Amino acid sequence: MAHKEMICIACPMGCCLDVEYDNSIISVKNNSCKVGIKYANDEIYDPRRMVTTTVKTNLAIAFLPVKTSKAISKNLVRNVIKELNDITVSSPVQIGSVIKKNICGTDADIIAARNIS
Amino acid sequence: MKSVDVLVIGAGAAGLAAAVSLKENSIEDVLVVDRQNFAGGILFQCIHSGFGLHRFGEELTGPEYAQRYIDMAECQNVEMLLSSSVVDIVSKDDIKEVIILSQDSGLVKVKVKAIILAMGCRERNRGNINIPGSRPAGIFTAGLAQKLVNIEGYMPGNEFVIVGSGDIGLIMARRLTLEGAKVKAVLEIQPYPGGLDRNIVQCLDDFDIPLYTSHIVTNICGSRRVESVDVSEITDGRLTPKMKISCDTLLLSVGLIPENELSITAGVSLNAATAGPIVSSDYMTNVPGIFACGNVLHVHDLVDYVSDEASACAKAVSMYLANKLPQDKCIPVHSGNMVRYVVPSTVKPQCDAILKLRPVAPMKNVKIKVVSDRGDVLKSKKLIRAIPSEMITVQLNDVPTGCKSITVYFEI
Ligand SMILES: Cc1cc2nc3c(=O)[nH]c(=O)nc-3n(C[C@H](O)[C@H](O)[C@H](O)COP(=O)(O)OP(=O)(O)OC[C@H]3O[C@@H](n4cnc5c(N)ncnc54)[C@H](O)[C@@H]3O)c2cc1C
Ligand code: SF4
Repeated sequence: MAHKEMICIACPMGCCLDVEYDNSIISVKNNSCKVGIKYANDEIYDPRRMVTTTVKTNLAIAFLPVKTSKAISKNLVRNVIKELNDITVSSPVQIGSVIKKNICGTDADIIAARNIS
Repeated sequence: MKSVDVLVIGAGAAGLAAAVSLKENSIEDVLVVDRQNFAGGILFQCIHSGFGLHRFGEELTGPEYAQRYIDMAECQNVEMLLSSSVVDIVSKDDIKEVIILSQDSGLVKVKVKAIILAMGCRERNRGNINIPGSRPAGIFTAGLAQKLVNIEGYMPGNEFVIVGSGDIGLIMARRLTLEGAKVKAVLEIQPYPGGLDRNIVQCLDDFDIPLYTSHIVTNICGSRRVESVDVSEITDGRLTPKMKISCDTLLLSVGLIPENELSITAGVSLNAATAGPIVSSDYMTNVPGIFACGNVLHVHDLVDYVSDEASACAKAVSMYLANKLPQDKCIPVHSGNMVRYVVPSTVKPQCDAILKLRPVAPMKNVKIKVVSDRGDVLKSKKLIRAIPSEMITVQLNDVPTGCKSITVYFEI
């Protein structure tokens, strides 16, 4: 059985979780809500992160802030950023518009975080 | 001359929320002025997520959070004057005159009954912390670097050292790394990190960026461009030279100060601890009719709290306009043991008040106590932990009459 202390990053509370695990989670302590349990589980077996970055545009605002539609595997973050470097948005977008579907095969989409006309 | 009931200075999170709430409180005649050519303030450069969990129950990026409030303001027909700076406020009795320099309309004078200061804050820079050394190119504040990278799409350097472990510094460490730069170290003068734990984890630990607490830069080297920095460790108040780190760019993330020039011009007294205006529990400054909220009042860690504070401030303004603000004498609020500051600076008898405070240093298992000069405990609240980067809120109900002052302190 292994033992790990970790800070839950799912919300600004930043609870300091005390996790016991083996092939699966045995116990999670010090979490203030149940999101902490899911976080501990993900963090040990498949750590995930939301990605936020910008992509180029040739519109009124030169850079469009974007985010992934959901958290993706941590080790794919750099691939996603790399792939987005080659994208230029050329037609107006609204918050929530999909800029690229299924980025790097992660099953997550890249979504506009700002309106650009 | 144009005249309005309420003029809001700043269209950031605070100004927008204040304007929306004024409308909701049936104050129709509102004008919001901002010197930038867009509303939303600092939020548009904060492209990371972490906004809105309290207010909207979902995790938004800065631009998304801003857009929600811009949409609400549009829905309420809030009048906005953008690309326009407020340059002066002249108070004569009950009527105030605000002087605005506008890109489109030139010099505009507006007569107002009440003003909400919502100008946000600015970053402390090298001069504020006195880093010795030469004056080469390559020294930026973290927020400026954030604007360059996220809005202008321009990388300010290749190899970075970041001074200060506040949230802006941490978030920039991640952002610059993802954009291909090398962040060699984050240095923090205090023995503990300045930002939220979750940002240490996802911005530094995720990318193996070392954080050195109790460390400072003692020299900046380089003639045309930064070449390296000398770093010393602080132990028992003494400096021990530790290392030289080569880098071409130094980012300073060493705190924010409320944007005060205008407040001072208007005769508003400032609080030495928050560096923002001194306000009563109804957010009014010492100048009747001038109110303040958001980062100009005190620096907030979460935008959700800025929006809440702005709504409360707007409500007080609507009562002021209806001549319904309680006129009672103000009771001073003092910061006691381990409390760095408390906002507001005064409360009123028989009224409710929301106290916001920060501890001097991190503590575990403490009690926060609010006590009157007569020894009555007005509030007592247990906290598992208290850290300077997280603002603490205490709700006071019905402040008793007859007390001359109240004190807020930590019982350890
Ligand atoms: C880098 C960074 C990261 C952050 N990360 C988070 C986070 O992850 N989660 C979170 O919840 N919060 C975060 N925050 C905090 C949050 O963004 C701020 O607390 C909030 O946006 C402040 O709003 P404000 O309206 O008080 O100030 P601002 O947004 O600064 O708005 C002030 C406005 O006033 C205008 N102005 C100033 N002077 C004048 C004048 N004389 N005339 C006309 N206009 C004027 C300015 O142009 C500006 O638009 C972060 C803040 C920063 C800086
Ligand atoms: S356990 Fe719940 S409350 Fe604690 S940090 Fe995680 S999400 Fe936030």
